[in-house]
Amino acid sequence: MTYLFVFITGGIICAIGQVLIDKTKITPARILSLFVTLGVILTFLGIYEPIVNFGKSGATVPISGFGYSLFKGTVKAIEEKGFIGIFTGGITATSGGIAAAIVFGFLASLFAKPSLK
Amino acid sequence: MSGDYFMNTNINITNSEYDDLISSKATKSSLLKNIIIAFIVGGLICCLGQFITDRALDFGIDKEVANTISCITLIFIGALLTALKLYSRIGKVAGAGSTIPITGFSNSVVSPAIEFKSEGFIFGIGANMFKVAGPVLVYGITSSVILGFVYYLIHYVF
Repeated sequence: MTYLFVFITGGIICAIGQVLIDKTKITPARILSLFVTLGVILTFLGIYEPIVNFGKSGATVPISGFGYSLFKGTVKAIEEKGFIGIFTGGITATSGGIAAAIVFGFLASLFAKPSLK
Repeated sequence: MSGDYFMNTNINITNSEYDDLISSKATKSSLLKNIIIAFIVGGLICCLGQFITDRALDFGIDKEVANTISCITLIFIGALLTALKLYSRIGKVAGAGSTIPITGFSNSVVSPAIEFKSEGFIFGIGANMFKVAGPVLVYGITSSVILGFVYYLIHYVF
C-alpha cells in the first residue's frame, strides 16, 4: 500500500513538470530550479511535510524533495545551533547527495566517452 | 467533442487548414501520452527510492541516514545510466518523468561533465559539471537561507 502512495505522489509531481514543459516554454533545466525553490517554499509554509508523510519517497525523490531537505535541515540546525543554523543547516542536510553527484560525475567523466554530436 | 468539430467544419477546407487541424489533434493526444509516461516513469523511480530506503531500514539504520543512502544510490544509478548513454534514451521517452527525480539531477551533473571532457579537467569537466545543477543549488540554497531567516525571526525574535 505504501508503494501505491509513493507511486501516485511521485507520478503526480512528474506529471505537473511534464505539463509545464509541454504547455509553457519552460525548459527542463528551468523546471529543476523552479521545483527545488517550490520545495523550499512549500516546506516553509508547512504544506510539503504532509505530502512527505503521505507519499514518502514519492515526495522526497523528485527534485522538490531536495528543497524539502534543504529547508528541513535549516530548521533543524536553527533549533540546535541558533542563528548560524540559517547558513549551515541546508547544505549539511543535503551534503550526501551533492558530494555523491560531484564524485560520481567526475568518475563517470573519466571513464565515459563523449557522444558524437 | 471531435465529432462536433468535424461536423461543423466545411468539407472543402484547404490543405493548410487541414494540416492545422491534424497538428492540433496530434498535440493533444501526445500531451496526454507524455503526461502518462512521465507519471509512470517518475512514479517507478520514486518506488525504487522507497525500496532502497526500506531495505536500509531493515538493517536497523536510522530513518534520516536511510533516506540519504537511498538518495546517494539513486544518484549513482543516474550517473551510471548517463555514462552508459542510456539515461538520455530514457529521457527522450519519459520526459519530466526522468528529469524531475534525483536521478535526473544526477544526469544533469554527469552529462556535461562527460561532454566537456575534451576541454580539460578544470575548464571542461570542473567548470561544466554544474551548468544545469548550479542554478538548482543557487536557487535552492538562497531560498532556504532567506526563508530560514524568516523562520528564525518568527520563532526566536518576535
